[in-house]
Order: sequence, then C-alpha cells, then structure tokens
Amino acid sequence: MAIELVSARYRYAGSASPALGPIDLRVEPGRVVGVAGANESGKTTLCVVASGVAPAVIGGRLDGSVRIDGVDAATLRPHELAQLCGLLFQHANTQLSHTTATVFEEVAFGPCNLGLPVSEVVERVWWGLRVVGVEALASRDPARLSGGQGQLVALASVLALRPKYLILDEPTSELDPAGTVQVADALARVAAESGAGILVVEHKTDVLARIADEVVILDRGVPAVSGRATDVLADPRLAELGVEPPAAVRLEREVRAGGLDWSAALAKATA
Amino acid sequence: MTASSATPGAAPLAAPGAAPLAAPLATDMGLPDYVVRRPKGFYHSLNPATKLALAALEVVAAFAIPGWLGPGPVLAVLVATALASRTMRSLLLIGLAALPLVVSIMVVNLFLLPGASDPIGRLGPLAPTWSGLWFGLLTTARLLAFSSAVALAYVTTPVDDLLADLSRRGLGRRGVFVVGAAVQMVPRTIERVGEIMDAQRARGMDTEGRIWRRARGLVPLAAPVVFGALAEVEERTMALESRAFTAPGRQTLLRVPPDRSIDRALRWLALAGVVAIAALRLTGRLG
Repeated sequence: MAIELVSARYRYAGSASPALGPIDLRVEPGRVVGVAGANESGKTTLCVVASGVAPAVIGGRLDGSVRIDGVDAATLRPHELAQLCGLLFQHANTQLSHTTATVFEEVAFGPCNLGLPVSEVVERVWWGLRVVGVEALASRDPARLSGGQGQLVALASVLALRPKYLILDEPTSELDPAGTVQVADALARVAAESGAGILVVEHKTDVLARIADEVVILDRGVPAVSGRATDVLADPRLAELGVEPPAAVRLEREVRAGGLDWSAALAKATA
Repeated sequence: MTASSATPGAAPLAAPGAAPLAAPLATDMGLPDYVVRRPKGFYHSLNPATKLALAALEVVAAFAIPGWLGPGPVLAVLVATALASRTMRSLLLIGLAALPLVVSIMVVNLFLLPGASDPIGRLGPLAPTWSGLWFGLLTTARLLAFSSAVALAYVTTPVDDLLADLSRRGLGRRGVFVVGAAVQMVPRTIERVGEIMDAQRARGMDTEGRIWRRARGLVPLAAPVVFGALAEVEERTMALESRAFTAPGRQTLLRVPPDRSIDRALRWLALAGVVAIAALRLTGRLG
C-alpha cells in the first residue's frame, strides 16, 4: 500500500525533453516525504505525476509507472484519483472554486461533488476546518480571504475529501511564519491521526525538518539526494542544489565553524 | 480497487457510477445559519427562476409596448419593488454605470434624430429638437427599465441560489459551473485589473491626466489580464478534477431556494404576459 513511482519519466505535451525523471519514489501511509529543490527542478511536475493528474488530465507522456495502492494511476478516473490523492496547488486563488458564498460551502465543494449525504458533508467540512485550525473562517467569503487564509482553506478543502494520500505543492508559500507553523502542525496531525501518506514540496526546510520522515532533493527532474530527513537536510550538497538548510543545521555549522563544541553548546542552550 | 474502498476512516462514499435518482438535499439542518441563509422579505424569497421570468416580462413590456405605456408602468413597478425590497440604493448604483450610455443616447437623439423638424432653439450649427428630446427620453426609459429589471433580479438573488436552482432543474454540474464562473468573473476581473493597474503604475505607467493618455494606459493592461486568465485555466482544471468535479451522479445541494405555489403562479403569469405582448405586437394591435 503506497504511492509508487517506478522509473517514472514525464514530458509535458509539446515539450521535447522530460520535466521529470527517471525517478523512483515511494510514499507510504502515515509517512511524510518532503521534496525540495531549486526552481524548475521538477517539484510541481512530481506532484501532478504522483497524484495521477498528469497525464490523465493535462496530457503529456509518462514512461515507467505510477501506482497507487497497487493500481496503475492511468486506469483510475479523475474523481477516483481525487479520493485517493488529495492535491493542493501552490496558489489558493486557482484552487478555490469561486462559486461559493462562504468558506464552509467552499470546503463542502468536494464532498458535495461526491454526492454524499448532507450530514456527512457537514461532518467532513468541520473536520477539515478543525484539523487546519480555521473553523473561525467558516462564515467568511472565500473571495475576501488573505493569501495565507486562502491557502489554509484550500488545504481544508482537500482534506474534506478524506484522501488516503496528500500531495501538497508548497502549501506554505503564501503564509507568514505563524501560518507556516499552523500548516506544519496540521500536516503532522493529519499524518498521525488519519494515517495519510503525505508528499510535500516545500522550500522552507524548517518545515520539512519538523514533519518529514524522508526528504528528496530534486535537481533537473531527478533525485540528487534522498534518504532520512535528518541526514538529507544536513547534507553539505544542499546549498549547491539551491536549497537552504534548516536553521538548526546552519546554526550548528556556524557554531562548529567558530571552533565551539556543538554538543556542549546545545546542552547549554537547552539546559 | 474502487476509490471509495480506498478512503480510510470515512463513511462509504458514493459508489462511482451509481448515480442517485435525485440530488440529496439539505433537509437535515446540520448546517450553520450562514449557509442556510433564509431570505428576508417577499421579493428576496422568490425563486430565482421566478425573478428571471418577471425580469423577462418587464423587459419585453418596456420594449414591445409603444410609447410611454411600456417603459412608464414598468419603471413604476420596478421602483416600487426596489423600495419594498430595500434595494433602491443598489439599483441606483448600478444605474449610474449606465450614465455614459444615457448621455450619449440623449445627445445623439437631441441633435441628430433623422427627420426631426421641431427645433427647441439653436446652439451654433446644431439644432436640438423636441421630437429628439422626446425619443431620447423614451429610449433612456427603456434602457433603464431593462437594466433595472436585470439588476433587481441580480441584487436580490445570491449567485449560489441561482446555481442551486439551475442544478435542481437539471442543468448539469458543468453548465452550473460555467454559469457561476461567468457571473463571478466580472468582479474578479475588475479586481485583477485593479491589481495589474497598481503594479503598472508602480513601474511608471501614466494613467492620469487627459482621456487619451488614460486610454493609452489601458493597452499594457490587456495582455496581463487576458494571458493571466488563460494561464490559470490549466491549474484551475487540475484543481477542479482533484476536487472530484467530474464524479458521476448528482451533486449534493446544501441549500435549495424554495419553489412555492406563488412562484409557479407568477412564472405562468409572466410567461402569459410575454406571449400576449408578443402576439399583440406581431398582429399590430399595439400600434
């Protein structure tokens, strides 16, 4: 049971060269896999390929295979994929439907599309809003939210579909530090409470350090470094791959560069 | 594996392919008040289709009945309805948008109505005429009747009420979405134009001063607005698909505007009115 990419290579329609791959990747339920990389390293493409949206919805050519719980993603219809893999895009503005009057109804858009009973729609909406911590926004007009609030509502909207896997493309890109922590905590809760597998693309490596079990650093569409989050995020090659290490790693390096004993400094700081 | 069986910890989902006979409606009120939103007042509580039918009758009457017998009573009814439904202010604001058109209608007819030979006086080479004034006022009244009828339906009908009603009447979810997106597009486009204009101004674009300079300033807006909207389409499509937009079966409707017997009666009356006016007009009995 997992999202599995095996030698996956994807080329957008009309493009001569692949934007992603070949790549092997596995996202298991309850695990959080973080993805980072420089601009145009294939992060967003990985999201749409792993979720099955590419090539099913936007065309293009996929070589290798993408399997979700053992089923070839190419054989699943978009609404079936939606219930398996929740996909959150970078910009809340394009994620929201813009046809609803309140955040509550916006979050209900997905469950309503499934034709669920009203009582279940209501239950899912409150659950999604609660997990993300934006219940207070329920009565607000989605068109009048700030970028960060919109991003949180979009995340709640994806959660309301109760997918088995979540694929998130820079979910904190429009958030302030407090909002970033809010989303990181929400994702950690989702992974722990629902057992969802999460693939999260994130520039803010502090977020990855907080929630990811494994991290993959992409470079020109292929994994350059991958493995346990703590190991990858401390890898000295990160900077040359266009990724800033987490603050803790940078601090440790500064301390060591200053000729100080990191273990002693850490013990003193946390005492 | 079906998608529904793959969703953990949730009640069974709608089985793909098994379309329910009717859309589930929100008869169970686990819904918050701001979602149920009970309309206040008689006109607000009319079904959206009824308001559209009444608007259609008013427009047909204003244009098809000759002279002031058409637009005069229609405008009176619209003003009375707007006062009763407390929407007069909104209607006036929308009416202001028609002001440039009204001015141009008046100017053109006042000075250039073909065949008019009853001058009010002379303004240099121009001679405004009584018949031009009369025709301009009549045309303006018709225009105001048209815009007010549509505006009244618009300001008293939440967009999602209209969409829910269309959905209940069998318009597919794609059709409903297209209508909803089109209605919402106007304010969003205005907002986007404002943002782009601010950005262009910050980069030195001159949008103040004489009218030709302002008009010239609009040119750099066109490309970002149009291409920006087109660029969004792909991501929006993916986002909709990832929210099960194309799931089979009918959507759950959280709230559906009531369709009472008074609504049905008013719609039949409106339809009969339109047919009667059209018939009288076509047979020449309206003059």
